[in-house]
Amino acid sequence: MIHDLDTSPAQKDGLLIQIDHLTKVYQLGEVDVHALRGVSVHVSKGEFVAIMGASGSGKSTFMNILGCLDKPTKGTYLLEGIDVGKLSRDELAAIRNLKIGFVFQGFNLLSRTSALENVELPLFYCSVSNKLRKSKAIQAIERVGLGDRIHHYPNQLSGGQQQRVAIARALVNDPSIILADEPTGNLDSRTSVEVMGIFQELNNNGITVILVTHEPDIAQFAKRHIVFRDGKIKSDRINPNPKVASEVLKELPAIDEEEEAA
Amino acid sequence: MKILNILLSAFRALQRNKMRSFLTMLGIIIGVGAVIAMLAIGQGAEYSVKEQIAALGTNVLMVFPGAQQQGGVRTAAGSAVTLTEDDALAIQRECPAVQYLSPGSGAGGQVIAGNLNWSTGISGVGNDYLEIRQWSVEYGAFFTDQDVKAATKVCVLGKTVADNLFPESSPVEQTIRIRNVPFKVVGVLTKKGQNTAGQDQDDIILAPYTTVIRRLSHWPNLRSILVSATSLKDIPTAQTQISELLRMRHKIQPYDADDFTIRNQTDLAATATATTEILTILLASIASVSLLVGGIGIMNIMLVSVTERTREIGIRMSIGARSRDILTQFLIEALVLSLLGGVIGIILGTTGSSIISKIAKWPTIVTPFSIILSFGFSIAIGIFFGFYPARKAAMLNPIDALRYE
Repeated sequence: MIHDLDTSPAQKDGLLIQIDHLTKVYQLGEVDVHALRGVSVHVSKGEFVAIMGASGSGKSTFMNILGCLDKPTKGTYLLEGIDVGKLSRDELAAIRNLKIGFVFQGFNLLSRTSALENVELPLFYCSVSNKLRKSKAIQAIERVGLGDRIHHYPNQLSGGQQQRVAIARALVNDPSIILADEPTGNLDSRTSVEVMGIFQELNNNGITVILVTHEPDIAQFAKRHIVFRDGKIKSDRINPNPKVASEVLKELPAIDEEEEAA
Repeated sequence: MKILNILLSAFRALQRNKMRSFLTMLGIIIGVGAVIAMLAIGQGAEYSVKEQIAALGTNVLMVFPGAQQQGGVRTAAGSAVTLTEDDALAIQRECPAVQYLSPGSGAGGQVIAGNLNWSTGISGVGNDYLEIRQWSVEYGAFFTDQDVKAATKVCVLGKTVADNLFPESSPVEQTIRIRNVPFKVVGVLTKKGQNTAGQDQDDIILAPYTTVIRRLSHWPNLRSILVSATSLKDIPTAQTQISELLRMRHKIQPYDADDFTIRNQTDLAATATATTEILTILLASIASVSLLVGGIGIMNIMLVSVTERTREIGIRMSIGARSRDILTQFLIEALVLSLLGGVIGIILGTTGSSIISKIAKWPTIVTPFSIILSFGFSIAIGIFFGFYPARKAAMLNPIDALRYE
């Protein structure tokens, strides 16, 4: 481990996530399934982390706990100094609303709801005036380059565009972290690189991005790689030369624009 | 999440399945419509019964002579000759709870006017009779106290009698012959229509009771005494006062039964009203069953909706919706369904009742109470049947909901 194990609840300077000795046990009938067996990870502000591992390695469980969708069985998880394990259901919801932005593999946009309304959604669950909500949502959509499609419905958008709307939704409440679970899993290779470009751009502007992927190519865009195996961290190291999406895009053969739109 | 936004998104969610939302609402529409219509019919019946009873004069008491008793054998009520004019005058004089009094005598027979004739009953009454019955004279006037004292041969015709004897001219100031005794017609009563028993109340001739006794029946005693109490609540007092006075006047021993009967119409009114009230409750409860079925329909559809939208619930939770946000969302959707159905049902029930009124000639009354009741009922049904599905949605585990296919 390259990080020291400081378990004091006080937040260390610039430290966003402090996870220590995390275990998660599921009960499936009479069998205990150990999904995580003592995981310790610290993430600082502004990092771009890729979490990798085969299916069953515990990376999804780790993401769920990281995203406050699930609680650990043992161990501590401090997010910006807050002990998430001690929070109630509603408090966890508030953390998800204000501090975490989710991006999923299947986009998870509400169908028959316009791009703008999808992006506005997180702001409905915190006290924001109608006017501010709209302007924040438009700002977030423009940030992912879809300013001209705010009134389109998900079924009128391509996969890449839908994922951008999802990223805009994750961004809209100025979260501390963006958690992306296989964000390129349903996209072709060129669109995948474009989406990674957006993450890199956001990261360059100071947003912490944590990405779960099983594709080594995609992980190459991240600055730090954490590999899970059998519920434990197998390796945790800095990626010395992250690929830059904008440069990769230039080398990729151009795809017919019409084909992409279809 | 602000209530207006929740409402808006509820409307949108329901719009997505227009047919389904409409069919779900239909259950409530029919239920509320039926409740409104049934209450309207029941209350219409109640109203018309009350109206007819009020037409009789509700604070009216009738004193009849009792049954004659000879050696333990009782003959029919009224067979005893116990009510006299002096009894009537004594009641008027000595019972403070009595407001108006009209002694009654009667005769029946052939009535002739010109070349037309008609058979009817002639009621001998006092000049306060109209006050007691709350009747009125349409043409001419009623006879006076002087007419009663002097036993003048004057009479007032009911509308039916007037129409039959004088089809083309005004009967006022004309002379009719009742059993060959000439009577001058001084007035015609306002049309009353049928009473609750279906008798024509306009087939009547009123004359001073003194005249009827002396010229027609030749029977010195009274057939009845009609009394009105000073107010509705004084009826029992008046009854007691009359009873005590008559017992004293007739020298009835404490262990002997009355030789007269006093009837009041509040009993009749209460019975009739109670009957129609039961009818109303019965009709409304049958209709509420369909409202209940409508509620179950809402619950069913909301459960389907929660299952269908599990993923949506997961998405909403992952971006920060609390349990109570989800609960409110689904509860509001159920409420919108039931309220919208309720409002349409109220409109439908109200128009339906007026159509029933017109076609079946049955009076229907839609009261604000029945509207408030059905409206309240549909809110209650929305909350009651919407709560379980909404709670089911709110209690979902966000991870499972997100992974739901």
